[in-house]
Amino acid sequence: MAHELENEDPIKLAEFQAKIDAEIKIEPKDWMPEAYRQNLIRQISQHAHSEVIGMQPEGNWVSRAPSLRSKKILMAKIQDEAGHGLYLYCAAETLGVSRDQYIQWLHEGKAKYASVFNYPSPTWADMGAIGWLVDGAAIVNQVSLQRTSYGPYARAMVRICMEESFHQRQGYEIMARLMEGSEAQRKMAQDALDRWWWPSLMMFGPHDSDSAHSSQSMKWKIKRESNDDLRQQFIDKTIPQAELIGLKVPDENAKWNAETNHYETSDIDWDEFWNVIKGNGPCNRHRLAHHIKAHKDGEWVRAAAQAFAMKQNNKLKIA
Amino acid sequence: MNTDLYKYTLRLADNSLILGHRLSEYISCGPFLEEDLALTNTGLDLLGQAEALLKYAAEQNGTVDEDYLAFGREEYEYANFHLVEYPNEDYGYLITRQFLMDVFNVVNYTLLKDSKDAMIASIAAKSLKEVTYHLRRSSEWMIRLGDGTQESHDKIQECVNHLWMYTDEMFDLDEVHERLQKEGIASDLSVIKKQWHAKVDEVFEIATIIKPELPKYSLVYGKDGGHTDFMGYLLAEMQFLKNRFPKEVW
Amino acid sequence: MEDNQGTLWEVFIQPKAGRPYKHAGSLHAYDKSMAMEAARDLYTRRGEGSALWLVKAEDIVASQPEDMEAFFDPANDKAYRHPTFYTMPEGSKHI
Repeated sequence: MAHELENEDPIKLAEFQAKIDAEIKIEPKDWMPEAYRQNLIRQISQHAHSEVIGMQPEGNWVSRAPSLRSKKILMAKIQDEAGHGLYLYCAAETLGVSRDQYIQWLHEGKAKYASVFNYPSPTWADMGAIGWLVDGAAIVNQVSLQRTSYGPYARAMVRICMEESFHQRQGYEIMARLMEGSEAQRKMAQDALDRWWWPSLMMFGPHDSDSAHSSQSMKWKIKRESNDDLRQQFIDKTIPQAELIGLKVPDENAKWNAETNHYETSDIDWDEFWNVIKGNGPCNRHRLAHHIKAHKDGEWVRAAAQAFAMKQNNKLKIA
Repeated sequence: MNTDLYKYTLRLADNSLILGHRLSEYISCGPFLEEDLALTNTGLDLLGQAEALLKYAAEQNGTVDEDYLAFGREEYEYANFHLVEYPNEDYGYLITRQFLMDVFNVVNYTLLKDSKDAMIASIAAKSLKEVTYHLRRSSEWMIRLGDGTQESHDKIQECVNHLWMYTDEMFDLDEVHERLQKEGIASDLSVIKKQWHAKVDEVFEIATIIKPELPKYSLVYGKDGGHTDFMGYLLAEMQFLKNRFPKEVW
Repeated sequence: MEDNQGTLWEVFIQPKAGRPYKHAGSLHAYDKSMAMEAARDLYTRRGEGSALWLVKAEDIVASQPEDMEAFFDPANDKAYRHPTFYTMPEGSKHI
């Protein structure tokens, strides 16, 4: 880690940890170890980028949504994601880094976003699977993060969780409707589950034992629950939902264990996980290129708004 | 069925439907996040208006529903203005298209809230609140882009010049409209034209945009079922699932 | 030129007429009217309120964490400012 804890004032560090242990939120102007700040900069911006890049796989279908109702819902949902990205960028800015800088890091490949958005969405059923599984996994994580130790992040999370509550339901509703439909629709739904199941389990990150930032993040209560625990919560909720509407998760080893009260599943294909993180997923290049293009295309608009605001200010000064 | 009223309802509905669709295409392409969200709000308002109007048209028709009308018609059966099917070439075109249409909507719905047709009047009253806000935003953007940088000024002037020919259609009085106007159902186009120009002039002046001459325009109007090249692609996408799976429910 | 998508503004919402305004969150905007519209489009999509206040973040004067003790602790031993501090005679009413 670039910012060694040994370089910090031990008394301040102890006071800081005591606050964390007492569940007192850390606010922007409070003293914090540089490593805590850097950890948050990385995590919150990654979260913000994920929301914003996450608009694309669903944006892919908004112009082809099959009914007025589904079109409106999908638009509102993608709009929420833009909003969540926005809340999170604002929370991340309280750490002393500008939104401009965060976006530059994203464009330069220095900042990551959730790998799950590097998978394509070729059918309408993907709108169901993304809402049900990807948002479902995100919610498990985000509910936990409402108790994160950094005040602005926790407050953004509370707002996000409140707004997200319809996302998973709309996805599951799409899947349920498809399963009540024609043979072609049922196949479409199962195919989407087959493709999104593993990527959504990967969203929780590596096993706790392989997670580079996990233990310090837990100690500082940036993360409140471990990757594996959150993943298990998601699996336990989701498998019965799949079964209820006649879908089957693509894992021959998935079965209920009455002793542990949890589902058992096969292990994730970690080679694929690391491969997509390294940038070799099916859509990595396209997702980033889309964001860079939109940002560049908007440059003259932002410049105009700024120039106009400056002109108005000057007029006020002269008057 | 009153075929005049049916046609008129579809004209109103399709303008909102197609413009709302164009805005839906632009999601994740905005110049910054706040603007992306705002544009989506406008799109959602327009689709809500379209839905209410298409429901009313479907009621009049009696054999189809609003989703059929939205996704199932032939191209020549859509009655929107050419202006709203113009693609999102860039943000300048998008906001100019929006502004020209917002002014029309505000003026039109202001008159239509007193329509003798109770349903049109009630939809107009609700929509008026929405389009008033849309116009406020798009006017401000016209002013910011017109009076922003030299680049933005030149760009927005070019967008206005190019889209101007499509505004001709807004004020064309045909027999359908004339009959409904006499019955007090449709709005008075001569009033709309006057008020539309007044508002556009007002904003253009602050925005330092020069109003173009109206060139002669030779296509069959969108409201009469004629469309530009852009409409076929738009429908191919919008109707994709309906065409591929005609019987399925989603 | 810096391209930070405008400056930072803080948004306060009044949930209902007569209620105090509450901090809702932040946004970026280039000028006052755009800030107001962005706040409307961002923070009132679910009927969260009926009035908005917008303040440029840089214009906010905030207390500093290091002043916390000097500012706020002295209020802790002034129990006589609270009604429960006082003993009322047995049987007294409406007081």
